[in-house]
Amino acid sequence: MDSLDTSPETQPTVRRTRVAGFKKSLTDFFISLYRINQFILRFFKEAFMPPYEFKEIVRQCYEVGVRSFTLITLTGFIVGLIFTKQSRPSLEAFGATSWLPSLVSIAIMRALAPLVTALIAAGKVGSSIGAELGSMRVTEQIDAMEVSGTNPFKYLVCTRVLATTLTIPILATYTGFIALIGGFLNVYVNEGTSYRSFMGQVFDPLTFIDFEASLIKSIVFGFTIGIVGSYQGYYSNKGTEGVGKAANGAVVTAMFLIFIEEITIVQITSWFR
Amino acid sequence: MEKQKAPIDYKNAVIRVQGLEKAFDDYKVLQGINLELYQGENLVVLGRSGTGKSVLIKIISGLLTADKGKVEVLGQDIEKLNDRDLQALRIRIGFSFQNSALYDSMTVRKNLEFPLVRNRKGITRKEIDTSVETVLEAVGLSHTINQMPAELSGGQRKRIGIARTLILNPEIMLYDEPTAGLDPITCIEINALINEVQQRYNTSSIIITHDLTCAKQTGDRIAMLLDGKFQREGSFEHVFDTNNDRIKPFFDYNFIK
Repeated sequence: MDSLDTSPETQPTVRRTRVAGFKKSLTDFFISLYRINQFILRFFKEAFMPPYEFKEIVRQCYEVGVRSFTLITLTGFIVGLIFTKQSRPSLEAFGATSWLPSLVSIAIMRALAPLVTALIAAGKVGSSIGAELGSMRVTEQIDAMEVSGTNPFKYLVCTRVLATTLTIPILATYTGFIALIGGFLNVYVNEGTSYRSFMGQVFDPLTFIDFEASLIKSIVFGFTIGIVGSYQGYYSNKGTEGVGKAANGAVVTAMFLIFIEEITIVQITSWFR
Repeated sequence: MEKQKAPIDYKNAVIRVQGLEKAFDDYKVLQGINLELYQGENLVVLGRSGTGKSVLIKIISGLLTADKGKVEVLGQDIEKLNDRDLQALRIRIGFSFQNSALYDSMTVRKNLEFPLVRNRKGITRKEIDTSVETVLEAVGLSHTINQMPAELSGGQRKRIGIARTLILNPEIMLYDEPTAGLDPITCIEINALINEVQQRYNTSSIIITHDLTCAKQTGDRIAMLLDGKFQREGSFEHVFDTNNDRIKPFFDYNFIK
């Protein structure tokens, strides 16, 4: 292998190359930002203008729900069960195990249910949207749709984004319920608390703002998963490699944004408490 | 296979392209294309890979925008059309893609129904079924109606792709490499289908290819694209009746009789 040339004469060239590389990355970043912005604006422009694609939206909602249902059921149940199990020793130290249902309900309804649902959906649904649209792009199916007089953005993107935006809140509510069942199972086995008593304590500490914040979060997460997956797929290129990148990009970007949105929404809702 | 002479109206140009230029970054693909496609004519655009043949028809169908020049399709300047008008114009143009571009998640029937259902409001189930059966019969693949695209051969996919465009009764057909990746016998069948479409549906077509058999069997006129411009234009024999060292090899390497 040739040794690296680090002589003083080559240094300015290396520096120039690095600066040029940095400039290009920066330009690419701003171009991407601009394109994402245009993509979101186009969604709002086209999603609410007739003709409406009701049939396709319903089909997509079904797809999103079915794709995530089993995994969400399992994860929700385990999260509830484990969270309750792990919280018990700390509360036991203060003789406050009777607070477990309240603690579990606050954690699940305020944070865990929407977040866990969104992360699972980002992996299952987001990647699937990215790969599906990416594959349609590289095999010219999107172009075929366009030349046959169909608006592919409206038919493919708007329907998927609306489907995730509508379905994720429903799934998050379901996850919350299943997680509470998991929590109840643990409390029942250890304390013998009845279902009615457990549920009474679960809803006691919750306020309207908790449900509202949870719902808003889920809607925002759903929109993010749909729009990121669609953007990655719709603008994918470079053949089959591009399809893989679109699927991967959809998951990574959506998860990153979900965490940022979680922090932001938690901060905003804390001002209203 | 001898091509039947089609009635061509040389006074009526359905596509008119003037001074068309297109570049991708620094690479100038098209550098001043002038073209006229007449009513009822099959125009073959020949050229090596990467010369911008597909780019040309993608600009004509509005999938890409030109950097410079004017493109008029059926009397309408596509640059000046809004989204709705462009969509309406596209229904009058059929585009057969190189890889067929069939919708993978739909059966052949659904693939064919899709453009019809979306563009003909109020169409009845019976009318849809009749149209689907008619175009499938026209391409000789009635038995594939319930199959998925993945179950079809390359030639069958091409035929279904053509059928999907025919279902809207287009006035213009744009074929992107219709015989690419097919065996010689299937190529000849596809060429025959292109001619049949011209006769039966009275279409005007641009056929993009580098296959000389396809060019000879389907073309009423040939245009040779080289270095972003049409270098020679005319009948098949006229185009290759030259000693130009960049056009002649194209003929010699195709082993055509």
